[in-house]
Amino acid sequence: MFGDYSIGDLGSIFVMQGFAGLILFSVYVLMALGLAIIFGQMGVINMAHGEFMILGAYVTWMTSNFFQAFLPSLFSGYFFVAMILAFFASGALGMLVEWALIRHLYKRPLDTLLATWGLSLILQQAYRSIFGAREVGVELPQWMLGSQKVTDSIEVPINGIFVMCLTLLITIAVAYVMYKSRWGRQVRAVVQNRIMAGAVGINTERVDCYTFGLGCGIAGIAGSAFTMIGSTGPTSGQLYIVDTFLVVVFGGAASLVGTIASAFSISQTQSTLEFFMSGSMAKVLTLLAVVGILMLRPQGLFALKVRK
Amino acid sequence: MNDNARFVNRKELMGILVLAVLLVVILPLSLDVFRLNLVAKYLTYAFVALGLVICWGFGGILSLGQGVFFGLGGYCMAMFLKLEASSPENTKIQSTPGIPDFMDWNQITSLPLFWKPFHSLTFTVIAIIVVPAFFAFIIGAAMFKRRVGGTYFAIITQAVAAILTILIVGQQGYTGGINGMTDLRTLKGWDIRPDHAKIVLYFFEVALLFGCIFIAQFIRRSKLGRILVAMREKEDRVRFSGYSVANFKIFAFCVAAMFAAIGGAMFALNVGFMSPSFVGIVPSIEMVIYTAVGGRLSILGAVYGTLLVNFAKTSLSESFPELWLFGLGGLFIAVVLAFPNGLAGIWGDYIQPRIDRLFASRKSGSDPKADSKNGKSFGPVADGAPAE
Repeated sequence: MFGDYSIGDLGSIFVMQGFAGLILFSVYVLMALGLAIIFGQMGVINMAHGEFMILGAYVTWMTSNFFQAFLPSLFSGYFFVAMILAFFASGALGMLVEWALIRHLYKRPLDTLLATWGLSLILQQAYRSIFGAREVGVELPQWMLGSQKVTDSIEVPINGIFVMCLTLLITIAVAYVMYKSRWGRQVRAVVQNRIMAGAVGINTERVDCYTFGLGCGIAGIAGSAFTMIGSTGPTSGQLYIVDTFLVVVFGGAASLVGTIASAFSISQTQSTLEFFMSGSMAKVLTLLAVVGILMLRPQGLFALKVRK
Repeated sequence: MNDNARFVNRKELMGILVLAVLLVVILPLSLDVFRLNLVAKYLTYAFVALGLVICWGFGGILSLGQGVFFGLGGYCMAMFLKLEASSPENTKIQSTPGIPDFMDWNQITSLPLFWKPFHSLTFTVIAIIVVPAFFAFIIGAAMFKRRVGGTYFAIITQAVAAILTILIVGQQGYTGGINGMTDLRTLKGWDIRPDHAKIVLYFFEVALLFGCIFIAQFIRRSKLGRILVAMREKEDRVRFSGYSVANFKIFAFCVAAMFAAIGGAMFALNVGFMSPSFVGIVPSIEMVIYTAVGGRLSILGAVYGTLLVNFAKTSLSESFPELWLFGLGGLFIAVVLAFPNGLAGIWGDYIQPRIDRLFASRKSGSDPKADSKNGKSFGPVADGAPAE
């Protein structure tokens, strides 16, 4: 399969495909971060995670329309406003869902899966009724269009670079919140031993609620970033949910480093393979490899050792 | 002799008889052939739901990939039917006569090797059972031997469903792609499309369904079923007692897979086509909801749950397509939050005691307790309670 290309061509192919993989990686990381917090830390399978992401995407779309209509002079900066709005919209919905639904089901993790699947169906239909079944795309501000030429045969799109920088910032922020802040310590304490955490005075129920909200909020930001590289429809979230779960499980559920490492390896494998075979076969091979490795090493790449 | 030793007790037998009367007498007499064929289509899902009762309800293993096995069974059947439908005489106009039409459209000039054995009906029937069981065995052995279970297992089975769907859609030349295998005509020369054939197939399917119900009932009543339930409740204790937990789990998963595959094969026969839209994640989870609505612990509940959800789906999505997804989503949440044991739980908790009381007051001479102790045919407690 390499025969027809020269060494230089192959280098460019790998760089370009690698970059395409990096964009996919960014989306995976952003989605998986929220999921890793919810699934990894709380053990809740949130099948509606994709729909929280899509909510962020729709919020971004509405914000961009709003800026276009009323504040055209500030349009170039609308995205930052949209991102914050998306975070709070998804986060608030997440906390509402936690309060109404999830907190009754902490003892039955498999049932959260079914309930959140039901929630995702409801949200999908709600989006369809409110925003229409057609996919919507946002208009990018001028400075995000175009691409940056690195060498003669390699050029990278600017919106991709932006999404990657955004991912990096958010990952650092999440890592800081989870591992350095007081609140993050509480979350990890609750994960490791709920009863003891309660005994030392942590309000575990409130921590659960905020944790779920944070996970959903990050999904909202992911959705916001998603609009930069693709269009949004009511069922777009569902396309990513299984992949994202695999990313989280493959990385080792409670480990942020693992999540990032697995998102990186999965997205790079997929985009590199995509150049040499059809997209569907690339995906099949990638997923098969992941499932195969998980069968050999069920705890994932990086497992957190917790005494149960 | 206590009731446990027997294969079915009186109350369970009554339940099975009521279902039999409904499926064999009432529905065929009251519905036209089109509607009866719809019921036949719903009942194919009941096989899957039945398998899930064993694997999820009794064994506590939630598989979100039952569509995989439904699909494998269905595709095995469909491959046989498709081969028969594309005999050289029927496909004279193709550039390569004698191969299925979608292969011809995809510039495939000879029948792929893995298609060849499906010329034989015997092989097909064996494959319908063995292929899914084999797959289930591999997945189950890999997961359960390493003590992976619960949510991880659910996610992995879901990924397998995704993989198979993408594979079927992507390999259009070998599988028919997104359209699936359509235009299935005859089974050993017997046309499956006219009305009388549909009726015959319906009764055949009902007979198979009852066969599966009896197998499920047998498993539940046997010591094996007790171990499955014990495993669900306290896996470690069963392991410490010397049982190989993994083997029991693999067995339950394989049985569920076989049931699903039989359902899939009947689907291909009854509906006349098979497509990847019955394999993926969404149909797989919908099949779980049938079981959940019927009651995950109830064998008969699975059948009723499947029928009810599908009737609701057909009638609601015909008249209010917008509302249907809200309804289905709400149903998921309501079942999980309020009725974890589904219809069967409602029946066992509210309706059955009243009926019992009614009968008890009528013939005060007989002893109602003898039945209600072990005889909760739908009851959630009867299976789980360590009351032996």
